[in-house]
Amino acid sequence: MTAAVVSLTAATLGFGERQLWHRLNLDVIPGEFVAVLGPNGSGKTSLLKTILGQQLLTSGTVELLGRPVPRGSREIGYIPQQKLLDKGTPLRARDLVALGVDGHRFGLPVSSRLVRDRVDDVLESVGATAYANVPVATLSGGEQQRIRVGQAIASRPKLLLCDEPLLSLDLHHQRSVSELIDAQRQALGTAVVFVTHDVNPILPFVDRVLYLAGGRFRVGTPDEVLRSEVLSYMYDTPVEVIRSRGRVAVLGAPEGYGVHDHLEHHERTSGVVG
Amino acid sequence: MSGDFWGQIFNFADYPELLWLVRNSILAGALLGVVGGLIGPFVMTRDLAFAVHGVSELSFAGASAALLFGVNVVAGSLVGSLAAAVLIGVLGARARERNSIIAVLMPFGLGLGILFLSLYGGRSTNKFGLLTGQIVSVDNPQLLWLVVVSIVVIATLLVIWRPLTFASVDEDVARARGVPVTAISIVFMVLLALATAVSIQIVGALLVLALLVTPAAAAMRVTASPLLTPLLSVIFAVVSVVGGILLALGGSLPISPYVTSISFLIYLVCRLIGWRTGVRDAGRGPIVRRERRPHFASSTLK
Repeated sequence: MTAAVVSLTAATLGFGERQLWHRLNLDVIPGEFVAVLGPNGSGKTSLLKTILGQQLLTSGTVELLGRPVPRGSREIGYIPQQKLLDKGTPLRARDLVALGVDGHRFGLPVSSRLVRDRVDDVLESVGATAYANVPVATLSGGEQQRIRVGQAIASRPKLLLCDEPLLSLDLHHQRSVSELIDAQRQALGTAVVFVTHDVNPILPFVDRVLYLAGGRFRVGTPDEVLRSEVLSYMYDTPVEVIRSRGRVAVLGAPEGYGVHDHLEHHERTSGVVG
Repeated sequence: MSGDFWGQIFNFADYPELLWLVRNSILAGALLGVVGGLIGPFVMTRDLAFAVHGVSELSFAGASAALLFGVNVVAGSLVGSLAAAVLIGVLGARARERNSIIAVLMPFGLGLGILFLSLYGGRSTNKFGLLTGQIVSVDNPQLLWLVVVSIVVIATLLVIWRPLTFASVDEDVARARGVPVTAISIVFMVLLALATAVSIQIVGALLVLALLVTPAAAAMRVTASPLLTPLLSVIFAVVSVVGGILLALGGSLPISPYVTSISFLIYLVCRLIGWRTGVRDAGRGPIVRRERRPHFASSTLK
């Protein structure tokens, strides 16, 4: 049996009285593509933060490569939600990728030949050679996200954590970015944990789905989890899952079902007033 | 009359002798230019320009206190700017909080400084110099302080350069990759405090931005290369300070108007160049904006 890259055992996370997930067990093995789905506030991003060592569990354990998670790791490639870089950021596309290789290293800021070659290879593999020397902040959202994928895979990590990396990309870029991530795990056996609200662009690649909703969770293949009975149980209300021509649609899921949503909203409002 | 006016601004009689007298100050100025030019791009990417101003006012208060109590002025301004940097760093983690903290600290620091200067009975050029800068005020023991502090700042910056760049442009990813983002940000605030404190000695508290921000802002107008940006920024800053000192020698005005004018001129030229060559950049703007809007409703899986 292959040792798990990420391993959550009886992991529970809650804030106050509210539990996001309770006694969650999940082992992600090398080369596995796990999609994390669920409504806003169901704890998808918190799961990533837990794996990144930025969020402590209420109970249970989380391990990275057989050890308790450190605060951030070189073994992790992280693709954040698409956030355009500030105009005037003094970096070219290739420099952002290079940070993925040696950005953590102290010492004189001269990248070695090895690093530069690696960066060239990565830029080519994400199809960004043409704009390698362009100021990264002037690139379009889709182009920037390609560069971010390049940055995340440049150090050949054991695990790719993706937090809604397709958000606000058009269909064409959604597909190409998903394919890049899939190619990486095929080539190097990278485990992928992919948080998204829309599973369709990645459905062809997904091995397993972790569905979080209403403090409950389900793990299984897309066929096992994305079913009307399963989601109706999780949402505690009749929900219909329709599959048509390789796409999945969920009808009747309550919008913003996660109770946490209201909490966040409340905090935000009081923050402005107070 | 008008001859008098111009004579105050430019007067190059006895220039070689003067030059020899202030050679140490010129060297110190060049070193400060290197410090300002190197730290400037990070001030810009970390959005700390306003913080520099806040730190410099508290640094001014510290320096005036030192003047009043007859202790080392550089030490005084170091204490002031470090206190400000720590306060801003601890209380102002978020940009909006930070700005309000700075806006609160700034008048307080300036007020304290003016209080100490009013109580101080010594030479009035010393008073004015802390605000607007001067050349000859820097004597040899102080010069040694400036050099040591500058070298510490430059060396530390070079060592943390890469992680600092990572943390400055891409905090979330840097954190995920195990970069000690919080520690680096504290170290950077300390470096910024040191750089501000030494810059004040030459250009004065009110005009520190001309050294720590303007050269970097100018460089970032014409290049996005991570090597060329600090290099140009250093060149611009050194030209501003040294050029300012050289011009100020031939006249009876403080050094700062010369420094600020040169650095502003450089900035204008860079903006012009950036505007002419930045056609691609400008053309891409609308594309980026269009892509941020969702193209279609992807209401498939909620």
